[in-house]
Amino acid sequence: MTKSKTKKTAFSDFKERNQKSGGYLLKKKIMGGGVSICRALLLFGMCFLILQPILNKISVSFMTEEDLYNPVVISIPQNFTTENYKIAADILNYKEALVNSLFTSLTIAVLQIAVCTLVGYGFARFKFPFKSFWFACVILVILVPPQTISSSLHLHFRFFDVMGIIQAVKGESLNLRGSALPYYMLSAGCMGLKNGLYIYMIRQFFRNIPEDMEEAAYVDGCGTLKTFVRIMLPQAKPIITSCFLFSFVWQWTDGFYSKMFLGTKPLVSTSLARLVDSLGAYIQRVMGIKTTVSLAYSNCILSTGTLMIIVPLIILYLFAQRTFVESISSTGIKM
Amino acid sequence: MKKQKGKLAGLQKRKAISGYLFISPFIIGFLMFMVKPLCQSFYMSFCTVELGSGIFNEIWIGLENFVEAFTIDPDYNRLLVEEFTRMMAYSLGIIVFSFFVSLILNQEFKGRAMVRAIFFLPVILSSGVIIGLETDNQLMDTLAQTIEMTTENVSITDALEEVLRTAGVGVRAFEEVFELIDNIYDVAIASGIQIIIFLSGLQTIPSSMYEAASIEGCTKWESLWKITFPMISSLFLVNWIYTVIDFCMRSDNGVIEKIQTVMLDQMNYGLASAMSWIYFIIVLAFVGLTSFFISKGVYYYD
Repeated sequence: MTKSKTKKTAFSDFKERNQKSGGYLLKKKIMGGGVSICRALLLFGMCFLILQPILNKISVSFMTEEDLYNPVVISIPQNFTTENYKIAADILNYKEALVNSLFTSLTIAVLQIAVCTLVGYGFARFKFPFKSFWFACVILVILVPPQTISSSLHLHFRFFDVMGIIQAVKGESLNLRGSALPYYMLSAGCMGLKNGLYIYMIRQFFRNIPEDMEEAAYVDGCGTLKTFVRIMLPQAKPIITSCFLFSFVWQWTDGFYSKMFLGTKPLVSTSLARLVDSLGAYIQRVMGIKTTVSLAYSNCILSTGTLMIIVPLIILYLFAQRTFVESISSTGIKM
Repeated sequence: MKKQKGKLAGLQKRKAISGYLFISPFIIGFLMFMVKPLCQSFYMSFCTVELGSGIFNEIWIGLENFVEAFTIDPDYNRLLVEEFTRMMAYSLGIIVFSFFVSLILNQEFKGRAMVRAIFFLPVILSSGVIIGLETDNQLMDTLAQTIEMTTENVSITDALEEVLRTAGVGVRAFEEVFELIDNIYDVAIASGIQIIIFLSGLQTIPSSMYEAASIEGCTKWESLWKITFPMISSLFLVNWIYTVIDFCMRSDNGVIEKIQTVMLDQMNYGLASAMSWIYFIIVLAFVGLTSFFISKGVYYYD
């Protein structure tokens, strides 16, 4: 009884206010509702657009081969199977590749972000001669496609030498190709995958932190390094987390550097790229007869493989999503 | 007085030294792994490279590699032109799309956190090898065809395209737009970072500006053009550069694939260097030229 009464009064109250405002309130309410409905439709459509391929892959990965050819079966498999996962895991060498990728991505991401944070801080806080020149170099590093220098990097590490020292000691230059060492060296020198971008982002973040805290630390007798570690690093946690995530994820899926420097190790990214080619050989080995693999089936295995590789990233993303999204969008990148 | 001045110079010197120490990893890396390979690959593009055991020889042949890339190689010219037109259309599409999406994502509504999470998912999904595999997935194409056939051509976009085509004005421009709309997935999946950058810019605009404008009788549409647009115009520049570079370095880019095959499969380092230098200079010139024009329109608030 009382409930309907309050409702009624609320309605009459609204009516009264609407009359007072000359119909403006009602108009505004309707407009607001219309806008939010349009927005919801639009966002639903776009979210579906982004999620649909993943959903599609999930449904395809559980299908048997005959389901793929059945025009009636679109998203729910008729003959449910997990065979595809077994085959994909076998071909990808999944466990080994996963461990390898995890190790490589983690170490490289840690190394890259550690170095980039140092450099970014140096650019943000210190005044030194030729600073703008060196910063222009950072921009150049962002702009130069790694493909341009890839051929000569290739040779650089094939005949590796530091100013002729190794040549003098061992008699010939080192062949560092086929080991992961060159890539760690590149990362330590900020020349890894998209490292210029990390330096740029970290620099922007440090520039936005007020200088008072640092000055207080200096006055209290803190050295430069100690100030950096004790005062500035804790404040830069959000940007470091998100850069670390970027670095990890991009390293995980990277085909270019992995193919060039880490080609001998089974990594998820490189074995995924070869998946379709190895499928034929695999089936031949298992069945004992030479067969050509149908297009639909190889694509089905490819979808399964892709899914298996994305899953660790999605799990990571779910956990770190809040830090990732919020920290990045609150960084306030300015030119 | 004099003593104090000397002390200040000492502090500045110390600061300069520690600054150099902080950026020293970058300097070393830049000199070792960027300058040297860059010069070398520039030199190599004028040579043929012969690989021997333990050594490699570079034999100067002048501009022959460049001539070969342009006139002898059957694919290179075609790929350059194709990728370049695709890049322009897509970059424009990506900028418009990401600006639009970030405007929506900046508003208050229920479930915003979830929608944001979904929109940033492409940052993960569109990276590295995955994007290359995505584009030539015939199974998905056949599935899409099946769905299209069962729905018997009741497609709004088709009908709209038909109407616009029969209108007969600016058909070629429309064709580009149609292609973009048909491939809206590619655009959406490539614009994760751009959305993030735009969002971060939108959040730095003080809300008092909008309030003042609306009190003065400014409509939402007007404040979009008079406040939002100028305030984040500098980010258009950043995003444009990032988009173009990102598009040019994607591993499913035709030119990049071509360079990779020439280098790794045919072992023709000289030709590969020449090709990548041509590509790099074209891209750099394009980025420089366009960003020069964009930066003229950029408005700086402070």
